[in-house]
Amino acid sequence: MAKVVVDVMPKPEILDPQGQAVAGALGRLGIAGVTDVRQGKHFELVVDDSVDDETLHRIAGQLLANPVIEDWVVTRTP
Amino acid sequence: MITFPGTLDDADAARAVRYAGAEAVALWHGDHDLRGVAAVVVPGGFSYGDYLRAGAIASLAPIMSEVVAAAGRGMPVLGICNGFQILCEAGLLPGALVRNKGLHFVCRDQRLRVESTATAWTSALRNSQEIVVPLKSGEGRFVADAATLEELEGEGRVVFRYAGVNPNGAVADIAGVSSVDGRVVGLMPHPEHAVDPLTGPSRDGLAVFESVLRVAA
Repeated sequence: MAKVVVDVMPKPEILDPQGQAVAGALGRLGIAGVTDVRQGKHFELVVDDSVDDETLHRIAGQLLANPVIEDWVVTRTP
Repeated sequence: MITFPGTLDDADAARAVRYAGAEAVALWHGDHDLRGVAAVVVPGGFSYGDYLRAGAIASLAPIMSEVVAAAGRGMPVLGICNGFQILCEAGLLPGALVRNKGLHFVCRDQRLRVESTATAWTSALRNSQEIVVPLKSGEGRFVADAATLEELEGEGRVVFRYAGVNPNGAVADIAGVSSVDGRVVGLMPHPEHAVDPLTGPSRDGLAVFESVLRVAA
């Protein structure tokens, strides 16, 4: 069994109001110097040997992420 | 009309279908059976609690594989609000619906302009007609890349646009779009809530359900 991480982020051209809300809240914490925040999703999967890289990208592209609005990175952890 | 776990507006969709003079048939998310219907409505609500992405999990329900196949054979399909989100996730309509620009959940009687009467669900309306239909959504902002937008505009597949106020930042004020063959339509506002002046701002939405009776098998 292995652990796989899939990180999903909105595509750069997509307006991210949730990230903007977080950036605004940082200001209210009295923190300056953070000029942008974008919010995504982090998935951790436990998979067996039958799940190859092609399958992982199908999982990512057909369910975990919507390719119209999101990009993803798949990372197998040792 | 289909009921998923978390669907809210199936009952009002059924009422709109009956007001239009047709028979409302309840379809179940877990079935592979469209029960011989002539058209399908995918109603609004919060299917699967909007988990992962609104409409994402519902798009994988057994009934949706039947809807996709039937749409491929020309069956008219209408997606309202969460239904629009489900149809985009299922690949029956282009683009995607994302969080409203101002982050607020918007609940208002919304003016819309009819941009196309060349669809199965708008033939009983008039081009450039303005209608008032309730809108209630937090993730109603329609987005699409430049190539998709050019295709939609060029092919006349923008079906409804927000008029007066763009409530959620949708690109090009797009409130609803259609498939290439015009038989599948999705829109964020709720025509089924505008069929009776007793319970809605107008009866402008009734014509959407009357339209499909002209073309449904």
